[in-house]
Amino acid sequence: MNGDEGMFAPNLRGRRRKGALFAAICLVMTLLGLGVLAVLLVSVADLGAHRLSWGFLTRYPSRLAPESSGIKSAIWGTTWVIGLTGLTAVPLGIAAAIHLQEYALRNRITRFIELNIANLAGVPSIVYGILGLAMFTRMMHLGRSVLAGALTLALLVLPVIIIASREALAAVPDSFRYAAYALGATRWQTIWSHVLPPALPGIMTGVILALSRAIGEAAPLIMIGALTYIAFVPEGLRDDFTAMPIQIYNWVEEPEQVFRELAAAGILVLLGMLFPLNALAIGIRAWHQRRKTW
Amino acid sequence: MPTNAAKVREGAIRYLLMACASVSIVTTIGIIWTLAVESYHFFKHEEISVLGFLTGTRWAPLLEPRDFGVLPLVCGTFLVGAGALVLAVPVGICAAIFLSEYAKPGFRGFLKPMLEILAGIPTVVYGYFALMFVTPYLLQWLRPQTEIFNAASAAIVVAVMIIPTIASLCDDAFRSVPGTLREAAYALSATKLEVSARVVVPAAMSGVVAATLLAFARAIGETMAVALAAGATPKLTLNPFESVMTMTAYIVQVSLGDTPHGTIEYQSIFAVGMLLFLVTLVFNIISQQVLRRFREVYE
Amino acid sequence: MVSVVEPKTARDVPPPEPFLAPPIACSRSDLGVTSSADSVIRTEGLGIHYGHFTAVRDVTLSIPRNQVTAIIGPSGCGKSTLLRAINRMNDFIPNVRTTGRLIYRDLDVYDSRCDAVDLRRRIGMVFQKPNPFPKSIYRNVAWGAVINGYRGDIDELVERSLRQAALWDEVKDKLRESALALSGGQQQRLCIARAIALMPDVVLMDEPCSALDPIATARIEDLIDSLKRQFTVVLVTHNMQQAARVSDRTAFMYMGELVEVDATNVIFTRPGKKRTQDYITGRFG
Repeated sequence: MNGDEGMFAPNLRGRRRKGALFAAICLVMTLLGLGVLAVLLVSVADLGAHRLSWGFLTRYPSRLAPESSGIKSAIWGTTWVIGLTGLTAVPLGIAAAIHLQEYALRNRITRFIELNIANLAGVPSIVYGILGLAMFTRMMHLGRSVLAGALTLALLVLPVIIIASREALAAVPDSFRYAAYALGATRWQTIWSHVLPPALPGIMTGVILALSRAIGEAAPLIMIGALTYIAFVPEGLRDDFTAMPIQIYNWVEEPEQVFRELAAAGILVLLGMLFPLNALAIGIRAWHQRRKTW
Repeated sequence: MPTNAAKVREGAIRYLLMACASVSIVTTIGIIWTLAVESYHFFKHEEISVLGFLTGTRWAPLLEPRDFGVLPLVCGTFLVGAGALVLAVPVGICAAIFLSEYAKPGFRGFLKPMLEILAGIPTVVYGYFALMFVTPYLLQWLRPQTEIFNAASAAIVVAVMIIPTIASLCDDAFRSVPGTLREAAYALSATKLEVSARVVVPAAMSGVVAATLLAFARAIGETMAVALAAGATPKLTLNPFESVMTMTAYIVQVSLGDTPHGTIEYQSIFAVGMLLFLVTLVFNIISQQVLRRFREVYE
Repeated sequence: MVSVVEPKTARDVPPPEPFLAPPIACSRSDLGVTSSADSVIRTEGLGIHYGHFTAVRDVTLSIPRNQVTAIIGPSGCGKSTLLRAINRMNDFIPNVRTTGRLIYRDLDVYDSRCDAVDLRRRIGMVFQKPNPFPKSIYRNVAWGAVINGYRGDIDELVERSLRQAALWDEVKDKLRESALALSGGQQQRLCIARAIALMPDVVLMDEPCSALDPIATARIEDLIDSLKRQFTVVLVTHNMQQAARVSDRTAFMYMGELVEVDATNVIFTRPGKKRTQDYITGRFG
């Protein structure tokens, strides 16, 4: 008779136990991971919080006088550089995405450009730094200026912005475009008034995440010659600068305890900059998901 | 019927947008050109040959006698990269299985942003963690003779950095596997774990492979965390508890010093950078090809 | 025939695949395996609801052993939903609620003590679109048996199942090749072989030929006829002629209700209800 017990040893108990064990392990790993992250953040806060003060934010760093060091030059340097990076990369990236998504024909050249962008997204950030060193610092004689740093970072985040913007544009249903064309709109008019607005939240999410990444990058800026331990803030595009991750890196490299504390405080400031940005990006995405009607 | 002015404007906009898209091509050409030109100058020196560079086992560009064998840097890079993969791939796959097959929607909505937060922490912060916590509290507790700078601590933090990438790509891959395959497996009296591990994961295997390759390329391109954690001693070793130097760490180290333009040290950055670029490019391209074939099967 | 039996009180379906559910199999001997000689599965006032929508309403049906029972009806009448309820595949649909009882081996399958995974070992399923695993032909057939700890010789089991599914001669030289290289009809026979490799009591078939060409369909219909010697087959089909050719008993469903069930030749020559008559003669559907 079929289904007789003899031929199979299904061992359901054992198999179910394995499944439960797996789920339990995953849960434990997750909680452990989160727990470790929490512990690390708490330790950083513990180490550096007492150094956080308005003075810390407004004083300059000094290798010789660590007790009265601050992070002012780095904050302003980062602000200048990232601001310029955004001004350069965001319009360029969105424009390129619009071209690729809305205008370009599906031929081998387009395919090649897309492949190229995907590859550029995977190139290590330090290679962008090398590029920036050779092209902006030396060839264009921009030296170790804010402009050179911003252009280098702009090239770094450009592929990311292009890819994210393309996804946002592709998510807009074709019916929106057809409706506009049917009313006699030109292609650009259609894009400007019917495609870009619904894609904007997605584009903004991508842009914010890309710029957050740029804020945390030190290697490319070091390559183009960003300084350390400077006692001034940039006032023009050609000025020298330092940036937050570089300052933190320099503090971590020093062996004395006081520098470790300064590094921890710097990290808190950096995370304090990044966390609201990331939360904003995630929030925009969630809001858009809930609100969109297609 | 659009007016002449409108047509001209449309045409201008179209060309402007096309110019923006070609910036990416200019970037690639720029990268290849700058790396190639300075590498050429580097290899023109009498004491350096391409073969010697690629196969030499001593890297001492500043000390006398000078040696430019890149293998110790490559070894350090792969030690950290492979170590990170070994840790990150199983954890990433399990996280992806949990996310796509087990987690209830509420928990999933919590877990995915958590992974994104992990991915958003800057690399210097991870370097700090490695130096301040992983090495003293974990590694030196496990094995007291661990040096302050070691490859293992770099591998651990790089693993944490790439887990979100692997988990997210594998999650996408698992979701691409059609539901009918899962149905067939359940109808054959399989438990959820068996369906996930013995049908879904094998069916998504090329997606998993593509994710692994991509993550490896990211791992070997990591700079700041590795520079802080692994140290600056180029040596040919498989011992993860020793200090090593990766290609990226070398490049950063030279830049932090005062290296005048045109010197052999300056040019060595480009040669090492060229090697790094080519290796990551190869992994990225293979990963994309694998991913493309995977998508063709399931879409 | 629709019987008038009071439906049992509504009971919610246990949560989908609770992997911590008590693993009591549906047919341990201490529960008294005394299935009636004639019917292997019996429903009593079975109702299946998705949210506020009732897909199946108050169905009382008996599936006789070693016969082919066909369930026919127009699209959306609930026949697939009813079929999937038998091996609890509906558990995977969110918001589903099952009322009434479905008795297999003297235990209500929807009782919280029943283990769905074990149930599916004894009640197998073949789906509408062939869905072989992207593995070799051998691995496909052997998969279920391996998972369930088959104690015998797997090679022999694979050959036996493929022979029973009338596929052995075509694939015996390429067992290690990918199952996806087979034609649609061959893949469906492979899926049948895969299901019967577990030696189930019952094989459920959800429109198994609707994605196949007429020749492949004919081969599978012959196969179904030969399968009933060893298994009980429940077949859902939208093709009336197929039901007439292949089945011994036919149940006709309309808008979630069981209108009529009887021997096939009765249903197709002198049905009792007018609605059945209308459907058979093509007035709707």
